[in-house]
Amino acid sequence: MSGVSDSITRSRPDVTDTPLRIENLTKRFGGITAVDGATFEVEQGTLTGLIGPNGAGKSTTFNLITGMLAPDEGRVVFDGEDITGLEPYQIANRGLVRTFQIARELGEMTVLENMMLAPKAQRGEHLWRSVLPGARGGVVEQETELLDRVWETLEFFEIEHLAEEYAGNLSGGQRKLLEMARALLTDPDMLLLDEPFAGVNPTLERRLLDHIHELRDQGYTFLLVEHDMDLIMNNCRHVIVMHQGRILTEGTPDEIKADEEVIEAYLGGDV
Amino acid sequence: MSAQAPTDTLRRLWAQDVVKIAALLVVIYGSYLVSGLVLGYSVRGQLNSLASLTFYIGVFATLALALNLHWGYTGLFNIGVVGFMAVGIYVMAFVSKPLYGSGGAAQVGGLGLPIPVGILAGMVAAAILGFVVALPALRLRADYLAIVTIAMSEIVRFGFLSSTFQQFQIPHTLSGETTRVGFGGGSGLILDFPDPLLALIDALGLSGVYDGLVALVGTVVPNNPDPIVHSLVYGLVLLGVVAAYFWLLKRTGESPFGRVLKAIREDEDVARALGKNTDRFKIVSFMLGCALMGLAGILWLMGQGAVTPNFFRPRLTFFVWIALIIGGAGSNTGSVMGGAVFAAVLYQGPLYFQNVVTSVFQPGDAPGSFGPAISPLLSSADPVPFLLYTLDSVRQLQLVVMGVALIWLMHNRPQGMLGHRKETAAAIPLGRGGSGPGRGGGADADPESTPQTDGDGTGGERRE
Repeated sequence: MSGVSDSITRSRPDVTDTPLRIENLTKRFGGITAVDGATFEVEQGTLTGLIGPNGAGKSTTFNLITGMLAPDEGRVVFDGEDITGLEPYQIANRGLVRTFQIARELGEMTVLENMMLAPKAQRGEHLWRSVLPGARGGVVEQETELLDRVWETLEFFEIEHLAEEYAGNLSGGQRKLLEMARALLTDPDMLLLDEPFAGVNPTLERRLLDHIHELRDQGYTFLLVEHDMDLIMNNCRHVIVMHQGRILTEGTPDEIKADEEVIEAYLGGDV
Repeated sequence: MSAQAPTDTLRRLWAQDVVKIAALLVVIYGSYLVSGLVLGYSVRGQLNSLASLTFYIGVFATLALALNLHWGYTGLFNIGVVGFMAVGIYVMAFVSKPLYGSGGAAQVGGLGLPIPVGILAGMVAAAILGFVVALPALRLRADYLAIVTIAMSEIVRFGFLSSTFQQFQIPHTLSGETTRVGFGGGSGLILDFPDPLLALIDALGLSGVYDGLVALVGTVVPNNPDPIVHSLVYGLVLLGVVAAYFWLLKRTGESPFGRVLKAIREDEDVARALGKNTDRFKIVSFMLGCALMGLAGILWLMGQGAVTPNFFRPRLTFFVWIALIIGGAGSNTGSVMGGAVFAAVLYQGPLYFQNVVTSVFQPGDAPGSFGPAISPLLSSADPVPFLLYTLDSVRQLQLVVMGVALIWLMHNRPQGMLGHRKETAAAIPLGRGGSGPGRGGGADADPESTPQTDGDGTGGERRE
């Protein structure tokens, strides 16, 4: 089973037991405290769910972790290092890679171009290497290697028939697949998925989940934001519940289901 | 099968970008020549108009290519193109003009360094200006870059206009002797370095060929053939520069570097989330484009004898934008073709038409204002004064025509004359590489051997 995607990423996830830890994370927008002292950990090799009603601060938390926003207080520790305040690209290069709530494919680029973009530290990303006749050979060589990996990844996600298509022409579900495939090509240690199943039909959702489980079995760590309670409950071993910017509770799906506060947060109070 | 072969060959040829460009140039030159011949335009007039046509095709194509790197590839909204051109030529003049007092009418001197040094300095200065402009603006939203660039281009113009920089003393030797230099202010700067084209021809040891060419043209145009040959050859050199820009930018685009630029254009957050330091890419791309604009400014003006700041009004920037929009942003081939079409149809076309008509029909003086032009049309249905007036106002009407063309393009063909183009951003063709035949065939040898995506402009002869 693991053989299929062996070559998709070159390095296996190699991180500490709790790759991601956030401590007392706080973000205020004017008078609103979107994230209020959030603290939690994610264990290596797990699929952890982050749930909460609309406006609970889940996406803001994601943005704080991945450097898209700077926190007012608190720390983000990834793989034993403080990454608070780093640029998004620096965080991504350390192996913590995110996808977006609304799939952000690069519409005017083909699926192949989208995929080829992702691998880290490509030689040809330096202008002179891409232009100068002597150095271009090395760039071409690396591109050929990358292309093989890209095709294998496309096959793993079963979207190879869309390779030449403009990403903008893909359906919502296909875009989600593309986004996850693209994120994997960066050789991540951990993936943050922001509502990966929103707007995805049930068949594709099943496939996406299978991929996630398979990758988790290989040692990848996932943090998943999701609205769909059932989906989280059936697939995650550990669930974190946010409400009004704070961490309400966390635990196994069964513990969460039995929690009065969670039921309260979902059914009443917050509209 | 044999009947299909020629059309097949033609179709494959047409797929080559170089062939498209060449075909367009043939059409443009052909229509200029034919309309001149039909109307009985003089040989001298024909040659002159061809030379200036070539010149403007060259400068607008280079500028459109440079702007395409900014806007088409990286999505950087630069509306300060003239600013970078101005800095290019002014710094080049500053470096390469002879020292003050070495004879000649110039009010101020330069540093007296060789022309290639000056050209390099001009490009570097434009790139540095680009860096200074980009550094604060790139961190903000795209429209702020637009505001900063157009303001910068006006600041540059007013800077060169100001009397502060008109002339000043700087030390030019190690012992501290000073020399008078400057930018000439509003009265302009005389470019009194040796003729760059002749210097180039000398350096290449081709002066014999050049003289032969002058003699040859002399058989057709006996009276003073030298300027005609000079401008024709300069036009050819410019087309060579266009080819060089094209090669450079095609290679830039078809690479991992170009891929990141494209991703920045599409969605910068995504590029950053994938670990790309987008600021670095944007700055490198912006500086390269600015240097190329600086060089275009140098090439446009260094043979003109003098340069004044008011040449660099913002309207020139928008001419380049129209050229890019005609060709289609994002495509290098389109940029060249857009530059050519803009130069031939919108920029030189009306003037050529005016020249041909006046020299062939010799219609006499046009009315001086709108009133006398329109009244015969209304009172006695005599359209001639009105037509003459229109013909005489072609320079002003040109801008109207450009505006109409721009609006029409934005409505009906925003993607440019070539339509939606797939210019793949990769150093190799992104065909099926994972398994099956053809894997690793010739793809790792050189980007030249690409079956469908065009190589780097060198294709053409390898087809059987």
